[in-house]
Amino acid sequence: MSSAVFASRIQFAFTVMFHYLFPVLTMGLGFFIALYSTLELKTGNERYGKAAQFWAKIFAINFALGVVTGIPLEFEFGTNWSSFSTFGGGVFGQTLPMEGVYAFFLESGFLGMFLFGHGRVSRTLHWISGMGVAVGSLLSGYFIVATDAWMQHPVGYELAQDGTVHLKSFWAVLLNPYVGWQYVHTINGALLTGAYVTGGIGAFYLLSNRHPEFARLAVKTAVIAGVILAITQAFPTGDQNGKAVARYNPVKLASMEGLFRTQRGASLAIIGMPDTQHDRLIDPINVPKILSYLAYGDFSAPVEGLDSYSRELWPPVSLTYYTYHIMVGLGTLFIGQMLIGLFLLWKRKLASSRWFLWTLMLAVPFPYIANEAGWTTAEVGRQPWLVYGLLRTAAGTSHTVAAGETVFTTLGFAGIYALLGLLFLVLVGRVIYQGPEGET
Amino acid sequence: MNTVWFWVLGAMLTAYAVLDGYDLGAGVLHLMVARDDPERRIVLNAIGPVWNGNEVWLIAGGGMMVVSFPKLYAAAFSGFYLALMLVLWLLILRGVSIEFRSKIDNPLWRSLWDTGFFAGSLLLALLLGVALGNVIRGVPVGADGYFQGTFAMMLNPYALLIGLTSLLVLAWHGSAYLRVKTEGELLRRVTAVSNALTWASLVFVILATLGTFAASSTLASNYRHHPAAFAFPLLGAVGLAGGILSRGPDHEKRAYRFSTLTIIGLLLAAAMTIYPNLLISTVNPDYSLNIFNAASSPAAQRDALIANLAGMLAVVVYSSYIHRTFQGKVRLGEHGY
Repeated sequence: MSSAVFASRIQFAFTVMFHYLFPVLTMGLGFFIALYSTLELKTGNERYGKAAQFWAKIFAINFALGVVTGIPLEFEFGTNWSSFSTFGGGVFGQTLPMEGVYAFFLESGFLGMFLFGHGRVSRTLHWISGMGVAVGSLLSGYFIVATDAWMQHPVGYELAQDGTVHLKSFWAVLLNPYVGWQYVHTINGALLTGAYVTGGIGAFYLLSNRHPEFARLAVKTAVIAGVILAITQAFPTGDQNGKAVARYNPVKLASMEGLFRTQRGASLAIIGMPDTQHDRLIDPINVPKILSYLAYGDFSAPVEGLDSYSRELWPPVSLTYYTYHIMVGLGTLFIGQMLIGLFLLWKRKLASSRWFLWTLMLAVPFPYIANEAGWTTAEVGRQPWLVYGLLRTAAGTSHTVAAGETVFTTLGFAGIYALLGLLFLVLVGRVIYQGPEGET
Repeated sequence: MNTVWFWVLGAMLTAYAVLDGYDLGAGVLHLMVARDDPERRIVLNAIGPVWNGNEVWLIAGGGMMVVSFPKLYAAAFSGFYLALMLVLWLLILRGVSIEFRSKIDNPLWRSLWDTGFFAGSLLLALLLGVALGNVIRGVPVGADGYFQGTFAMMLNPYALLIGLTSLLVLAWHGSAYLRVKTEGELLRRVTAVSNALTWASLVFVILATLGTFAASSTLASNYRHHPAAFAFPLLGAVGLAGGILSRGPDHEKRAYRFSTLTIIGLLLAAAMTIYPNLLISTVNPDYSLNIFNAASSPAAQRDALIANLAGMLAVVVYSSYIHRTFQGKVRLGEHGY
């Protein structure tokens, strides 16, 4: 791989991973704000309104960072990946403007109304604005996951004589069979992150004996939503997404599972270290036949191993394997933790179990890690293809942009994003410190 | 279909220039016209509920460019590489400046972000004009449809002239917007600046027009073949004339309508200057990217047009509603910046 291609890959990976830290919470928190606003409208109870207002303050800071770090990604399709844009812009590009037209306008327009409209618009209209923001953010997720799904499993195209692809079916691209579960899994992960952030901040208040009424509501809501979301994250959404990978990207599945040899009744490696020198897993703990069952619903189904593919078509095995196992491992812990929380809630000990509140507070970074790890699995596991089976990553970059230019701008992004991250923590930290009773 | 998409993109970018134009212009002026914290908050709250939505016109327009003319997107964005990265960083600086300023009540903190908002707005208004100038004049597109932009090439005198014109016209447009949104002492200062900017815009638009006659290789033949297109520069002239006649008090809304008209007229006139080209090659006219050789397939253009126009109708309806909700003079309250 040339250094220019490598530089562009690093830049996209870095900017997209930093960016995703924000929309994941935009989608997650948007759901909880919509939930509290709805409860307020229905019950007229002011504490729901107060909760919605407090989370909206964090949402606003988070949203701004999501917007400013998101614009570079759309630009990068042209600046660094211009051969990819030329190759498939008419096909994968279908969903890009739609994200702006159907989601961003809705989101940003109604967020202005939601944040600035207090007292100026009616309560119902204010509630509608909140819903507009939540729906807009969820829709934007759909269009961008659909764009990604076309790279994972290209559909609705035909090859043209000039080597590019032409659109054959708009609806096939928009309703790519790969999108469905990947989208639901993504959104579910974002909502779970929202549950952890609201629950973790609530736990912080309970532990420091501040705002007890607000905090109890936050922790309780987070645990109830969290139990459901942690379970649906694994089953059915994760499970079905895995089946789609098995069906459409079998070599990615083999890398995720560290399956070097094709097997009937393949076993599932819970842990183990992939060794690509000798094509084996070191010290694995295997559960027999489970992989075949999970992938194809049949305990003795054959699962293709990496040996079915020439080595140059393998994705980076170790990175795909580890990120996937980190995601699944964390997901399992989330289920366990939330079930304990539910048990404590049932015993009416949730707000007084300080040890549990500590674990809930300290767990806040981990859903972020799980989300990022899952996306790394999906994108690194697609390599060496940019568009699976059609366009190599190495063939997708801009030949007029030198490696040095991309390294320079990547350093620029690194510096700017380090500052943005710091400012985000300081400002959100202040909002949390001032608390829901604090002045604006 | 190719021609339709040319004008759809033109309309999207024009709408962006009109809408984000007034908040860029407000950013250029706010250090000058708003002297203390409450006044600066009035300027920020005047654009507060809407500036983010205004920026979406650029993002949606960019997405439409990918799907309708992918080769244009590829060549222009990779060719103007470093300049576009600068634009991105300025968009980031400006966005966080607007959002972060109000979060901490400390004079030093607020001055910092005031400066960020000013510098980001100023340089963006200038750079967007420089980009437009280079598109009108042409860039060294090679036989493969790509080019490599250098700063020396991009910062040619003509492009700088268009950049300055863009800065002044957007500042004028921003001042017209602020006249509608402010009152009292602040309004008096905004009106004085607006008055000067009206004349400055007139002078620079005339200079830019003369410059374009010299710099553009396609202007003369385009307007000769499409005489109806003279309506566009005429629209711009009417806007400027109306702006000059609307400088006095009680004409705030009218002045804003005329500055809007000016931007629409000038940008459509510029689009007509290059039509049907998208990126003119200064190396060999045959290498130019135009609405045919840069286009995606007919099916892609047709489906994208249907899918996005349907959505844009809804956007126009609710965006107007949101703008209407926040119409009138800004009053500082508990909520907002």
